[in-house]
Amino acid sequence: MKATGSLPAGRSKFKIYRDKLLAPYIQVPVLGWLAGLLISTLLETFIGPYLAMVLGMSDVPALFGFTVVLKQPVLIPGVIIYLLIIYVLPIAIGARLTKSLANYIAGKLQQYPFWISAVIHIVLLYVVINTWAVMNDYRVLLAKLIMIAVIVTLSLNVINGYMGEFSCSHPGFIALGAYTASIITVLFFVNDSVLGAALLPPVLAPFLFPVALILGGLMASLFSLLVAVPAFNTRGDYLAIISLAFTFIIKSLLENLQIFGGARGFMNQPNLATLPVVFLWTVLAVWIINNFVRSTLGKALNAVRDNETAANAMTVDTKKTKMTAFMFAAFWAGIAGGLFAHVMRYVNPGSFGIKKLAEVLAMVYFGGLNSVIGSIVGAVGFNLLSEMLRPLEIFKWIIIPLLLILVMIFRPTGLIAFKDFDPKKLLRAKNKKEEDK
Amino acid sequence: MPLLYVEHMTRFFGGLRAVHDYNFKIEPGEIHGLIGPNGAGKSTIFNLITGVYKPTEGSIHFRGKNIIKYPSHKIAALGLGRTFQNLRLWRHMSVLDHIKMAQFSQITYGLIGAFFDTKKRNQQEEENTEKAIKIMELVGIGKLTDQLVPNLPYGLQRRVEIARALAINPKLLLLDEPTAGMNSEELQDLVNVIRHIHDKLGVAILLIEHRMKFVMDLCERIQTLDFGEVIAEGSPEEIQNNPRVIDAYLGKEVKI
Ligand SMILES: Nc1ncnc2c1ncn2[C@@H]1O[C@H](COP(=O)(O)OP(=O)(O)OP(=O)(O)O)[C@@H](O)[C@H]1O
Ligand SMILES: [Mg+2]
Repeated sequence: MKATGSLPAGRSKFKIYRDKLLAPYIQVPVLGWLAGLLISTLLETFIGPYLAMVLGMSDVPALFGFTVVLKQPVLIPGVIIYLLIIYVLPIAIGARLTKSLANYIAGKLQQYPFWISAVIHIVLLYVVINTWAVMNDYRVLLAKLIMIAVIVTLSLNVINGYMGEFSCSHPGFIALGAYTASIITVLFFVNDSVLGAALLPPVLAPFLFPVALILGGLMASLFSLLVAVPAFNTRGDYLAIISLAFTFIIKSLLENLQIFGGARGFMNQPNLATLPVVFLWTVLAVWIINNFVRSTLGKALNAVRDNETAANAMTVDTKKTKMTAFMFAAFWAGIAGGLFAHVMRYVNPGSFGIKKLAEVLAMVYFGGLNSVIGSIVGAVGFNLLSEMLRPLEIFKWIIIPLLLILVMIFRPTGLIAFKDFDPKKLLRAKNKKEEDK
Repeated sequence: MPLLYVEHMTRFFGGLRAVHDYNFKIEPGEIHGLIGPNGAGKSTIFNLITGVYKPTEGSIHFRGKNIIKYPSHKIAALGLGRTFQNLRLWRHMSVLDHIKMAQFSQITYGLIGAFFDTKKRNQQEEENTEKAIKIMELVGIGKLTDQLVPNLPYGLQRRVEIARALAINPKLLLLDEPTAGMNSEELQDLVNVIRHIHDKLGVAILLIEHRMKFVMDLCERIQTLDFGEVIAEGSPEEIQNNPRVIDAYLGKEVKI
């Protein structure tokens, strides 16, 4: 529609040119993009190291060359060529060449139950992430941390976005999940000086890890009642202050629990949070949270936020709704904490303080309130940005807040706010005109 | 047994006696009116009946149950629907979602369905959508499904409120100044809508209104309130000719 419509006067040449360039891509389905990405990552696996060497770099640029460029500006042309050859062109050409095939397959998949198409897309996405990440350890770590950040951001969005309350207790929930899961896995599978010899053979560890994570989530859920009961039994804005106090209390509690290392931290977690494990938990979190916020029970949060009296008058049990959502969000924060502890294989109370809170809030508000896609974009964008700007050291903490302020000025509710995320629509073939709604 | 039975209801706000010794009775399917000058306590009565405020004294029975201790959402779920004088819509929600939200207490798929997208959940959501669209058509907003409410003209927003109140399956509908801000054309439409839903669904209606013609046209019985007390009660003719009403209310703003 956009491409064929008559051009309004005064459109710049640049815009016309841009539209022409992008027009063929409107019909590329998600499957096509994944194909492009796969080609790109495979290309990097096979020729990336050589190309990097030819272009004067010591190794494949870990994060799109930002770090390299900021340290050695002479390499700018080389990095640009690398990005073009390895990423931009393969993705652009790959997506375009596979367009009709991808559309054909996506169309065929629509005739089967949706989960088949979902599984295929998810597997492909995993292959892409895996191929990209395994190039070096740094990428693997970053990919894991980003996915964990997605879970954290989404779960906080349930409270701060969907429910419209301001909660500061997420670092506390993450800490509870991290410590609970760590204690369980260390107790059962590690010969620890405090918790004693391993109780079970290590082969069982991968199977018990989900249980440990879930218990961590439930622990966070349980403790969330300490915030939710006083905050939601009174009408008024006490949540922010109570939840902030909660985060401080949990932090100092952990600092003083010498049995778990106190302020020095708790370590020796077994290496259970592998890339596929973290990926699967992230997919599960996105799926379940998205299901929840799209159901009438979940949308009740919006009703509570936009007008609580009306929600009550329309039979919505507002107190129960708020409590449930709060415990639900805490659960996922706890899961994320458990994963985080087993990725780092070390946790200390210091990582669950104000700085963590600022980071999580930034991701939620940057990505967009009341939006699953927004939270994904927020978490991924924020973390990538933060990593890419790392060489700037102190200036990073000037640039990132500035960017956040800009987003807040031009899009007060975040980049992609108030957007419904319908996976069925997302994965559809794009070649047909919208004949059926 | 009356559908709603209010006895000796009194409510103070600090030193202000907003409602005093109020008594009211309505049978299934009746339409009653509540009139009175600004600040007479009409909206407060609605808020007391629906549990937004609790009375200082008195009792309220709805469908045979003493609802004085019930929270607001439970009273609503018993079948007491209402609209608000100052619209209380959810600004980020579509019209369809408004109507579906009012079916909240009828949902049985539970958290399992909400989290895991079960068959039962999908079925129920679909059924509720169909029901919601029927209600929207009844009220004449059948085509607005995906619109956000702030984008709608005032008259339509009022209809969304009515449709939403109908979606809870009310036995009694409380309408707080449903014609406020409407022009005469919208007004006639609304009279028809209210008649229509009354005839079709058989709900009892209690409405607060300032426009006399509207009240006199629709209501079988009318109460007049002044300073929180009922000063007259009866059929439209009786009210129109009651000297106290004319003195307190009609005399000042002749709207007949
Ligand atoms: N929450 C409250 N706190 C204090 N006073 C209140 C409250 N709600 C209502 N009042 C007072 O109670 C009295 C009755 O108010 P109410 O809103 O019931 O009047 P009304 O008859 O609906 O008037 P109107 O025609 O203007 O809507 C008014 O004096 C009002 O100021
Ligand atoms: Mg009023």
